[in-house]
Amino acid sequence: MSGSHSEDETDMRASSAKLRLAADTTDEIDLVIQDVSMRFNTREGTVTAVDGVSFEIKRGEFVSIIGPSGCGKSTVFNILGGLVGGYDGSVVVGGERISGPHASIGMVFQEESTFPWRTVIDNVAFPLEVKGVPKTERYAVARKFIDMVGLTGFEQRYPSELSGGMRQRVAIARTLVFEPKILLMDEPFAALDEQTRVLLGDKVLKIQQDLRQTTLLITHNITEAVQLSDRVLIMTFRPGKVKRIVDIHLPRPRQGDVVGSDAFGRYVAEIWNDLREEASRGMAEAEDSARLRGA
Amino acid sequence: MGAVRIPPIAFGLGCVALCFCAVEAMLAIGVLNQFVIPFPSAVLGAFGRLFAEEQLLHRLLVTGAEALAASLLVIGFSIGGGILLHKHRILRLATESWIAAAAAAPIVLAYPLFLVIFGRSSATIVAMGFVAGLAPALLKTLEGFQAVRKTLLNVGHSYNLSSGQLFWKIQFPAAIPTIFTGIRLGLIFTLINLIGVEFLINFGGLGQLINDLAERYDLPGVFATIIFVILVSVVLFSALEWIERWLRPSR
Ligand SMILES: Nc1ncnc2c1ncn2[C@@H]1O[C@H](COP(=O)(O)OP(=O)(O)OP(=O)(O)O)[C@@H](O)[C@H]1O
Ligand SMILES: [Mg+2]
Repeated sequence: MSGSHSEDETDMRASSAKLRLAADTTDEIDLVIQDVSMRFNTREGTVTAVDGVSFEIKRGEFVSIIGPSGCGKSTVFNILGGLVGGYDGSVVVGGERISGPHASIGMVFQEESTFPWRTVIDNVAFPLEVKGVPKTERYAVARKFIDMVGLTGFEQRYPSELSGGMRQRVAIARTLVFEPKILLMDEPFAALDEQTRVLLGDKVLKIQQDLRQTTLLITHNITEAVQLSDRVLIMTFRPGKVKRIVDIHLPRPRQGDVVGSDAFGRYVAEIWNDLREEASRGMAEAEDSARLRGA
Repeated sequence: MGAVRIPPIAFGLGCVALCFCAVEAMLAIGVLNQFVIPFPSAVLGAFGRLFAEEQLLHRLLVTGAEALAASLLVIGFSIGGGILLHKHRILRLATESWIAAAAAAPIVLAYPLFLVIFGRSSATIVAMGFVAGLAPALLKTLEGFQAVRKTLLNVGHSYNLSSGQLFWKIQFPAAIPTIFTGIRLGLIFTLINLIGVEFLINFGGLGQLINDLAERYDLPGVFATIIFVILVSVVLFSALEWIERWLRPSR
């Protein structure tokens, strides 16, 4: 009995130490996703898109999520943005549990999201417009961000007159323009060529560092994840779980040229190993189900 | 821009002129019966008479005013109704197939009913035009609101827009192209029915004129009035297109 008593005591001490640790860092932690699961009912039955995902992001930290297609990345993105309900678990932003979109979160969507009826500048100035910022002022701010994404000279064009990559840059500028404290991006650079991707990544990173923005980037691209992130979170193929979190200890400020370093290559190889496993599991499953359907 | 638009217009007018000449020639050599089809030259010649003796312009104004009233009713009710049905799922499920049926029904046959309700007056004509145009315009408006892309709405939600802002800044502008398609469709039905009812009840503007001229066996006059009605609707739909471009400048 007495033995177990002392065991209890140590347990308690350990957990209070943990509590203290948690208390020390709560100010610092900006975003907590706690044991989140999400199921979709489809014609073929229930699909578990996300299964018990937990992680935290500290204030000013840059975290990437990487994982095979269909592993639930966008689902996590929508849950964090407060755009979908009906999931298990909880999401805490800046200390409060969210039940809808949070004012300090800015989102860049995976799908085409520019407004086709607005010019580039009116697209970018949109968040300021709805906040009631006067026209000249919001145009001035919008111009700065249009310049940042390299679209100066295209202010008066409509999205239909731009390429897919240019439209995506408009969407990025539109989200950055209201300087959100927390930035969520779902494959924002997917439609860009490698060079533009690296250069734009640099710029986003610079803004992120200047504003100390808490950033979550969802991507397929390992190079991009390692170039930009403090941590890279690898997800498993369906159901989407957190497979591993890799800390990236590369010096900051980082420039695009970090991509050439040895350490960089090692991180890429490490993440690629984990991902290949998941991707091939995904492919195998797809082939299996195709064979089943064929039979 | 202007230079680009001239060739198609010239081509269209050229085709019309060519048809006129062909019909004229076939009537002259007796391939077509000139007691059934008037000479195109006589049709063109009838215009002067129509303006001078039959108050074509005045009748245009009468029909135009009726058309305007019916169109405004169609636009107002189709957009209002579209929003209502879009917002209330139950209402939509309950009525959508009925509205689709109404859009396909030959509503013009119900004109005696409207005569009983409104009498032989402009009100009957406006009401018939309105009822005929409402259903197709309403269906298209609803479709426009339903088809707004989820991502665009999510952009709005992510900026915490109020439901009013979401509607005016995103849903409505996104739906405008489809709404306009619906309004254009609806107004075609409105115009057809309006002039048709004028003809049937022998009351009002251009439709009545066609009726009068037909009863007098003034074939060139009848055809000239029909051509005039076509011209009026061309002008009307060009104006509508212009308004659409002004409301939503992107392609
Ligand atoms: N609205 C929905 N209804 C039904 N199933 C859904 C829905 N949204 C997502 N899913 C399913 O959930 C799983 C995860 O989808 P999700 O879009 O999150 O993947 P993803 O990781 O973003 O993929 P990608 O990298 O291709 O964008 C998929 O299997 C998908 O079929
Ligand atoms: Mg996705």
